[in-house]
Amino acid sequence: MPVLLFLPLAAVLLLSALGVVLNRHPVRSAMCLVATLFLLAVFFIFLDAEFVAALQIIVYAGAIMVVFLFVIMLLNLEHDDSERRRISWQATAIGSAGLFALGLLYIVKKTGTLMPGPGMDATPAADFGSLQVVALRLFTAYLLPFEITGLLMLAAVVGAVVLAKKKIA
Amino acid sequence: MTAATPTTYFIALSAVLFSIGAVGVLVRRNAIVIFMCIELMLNAANLAFVAFARQQLSIDGQVIVFFVMTVAAAEAAVGLAIIIAVFRHRQTVNADEMRLLRW
Repeated sequence: MPVLLFLPLAAVLLLSALGVVLNRHPVRSAMCLVATLFLLAVFFIFLDAEFVAALQIIVYAGAIMVVFLFVIMLLNLEHDDSERRRISWQATAIGSAGLFALGLLYIVKKTGTLMPGPGMDATPAADFGSLQVVALRLFTAYLLPFEITGLLMLAAVVGAVVLAKKKIA
Repeated sequence: MTAATPTTYFIALSAVLFSIGAVGVLVRRNAIVIFMCIELMLNAANLAFVAFARQQLSIDGQVIVFFVMTVAAAEAAVGLAIIIAVFRHRQTVNADEMRLLRW
């Protein structure tokens, strides 16, 4: 991915991420989040992760965001005028998160050249990031975590139904 | 053709994205928006995983992203169910008004 393409895309990504935080209206926040997720999928494609990019759009921008919008609709949260915390708290939060970001960026800057691996200039195999390669790894080396994931999904489904049900008969 | 973007750029972008999500969790009061900001932070981690996978030319990073997405989906389902249950009791999703555990 050329730097000249990376920088504007990254700027739009950060703007839409800020939109999630700054928008008063939850639906607008959700729409900004969808834009962020799509842009991340674009980055994934440029990083030779086609399968992950497709998952990102189908699972995240598709399924998870629909659940979010559905809950917003269900709760009918159109007005949200109590949305203001104390300024001192906001300043503390933004300041500490900014310090955290600066620390992370400092670490990245200091250790970036030490990163192992062939790096971005190396050409990956033609099928790197394809469904076959990811699935082969998933069903061999990561088979046990995959099965545990199935258990987690079952627990999540049962838990969600029990929690959201009005009355358990 | 211009030079490829170094991995550090992607990691830096991921760090900033994570921090924006953290600010959102701390500053916002609407529980649903707090959840969306948690998704932002998870996605920042995913971006770092995919960038490292590309750096190392190892597929393991992308497999981990698959697991992160599964856990995120489960978390969103259960979390939103909790929000619905809380809303049914308190008629609000304002995080500041849920202070039973406050010291």
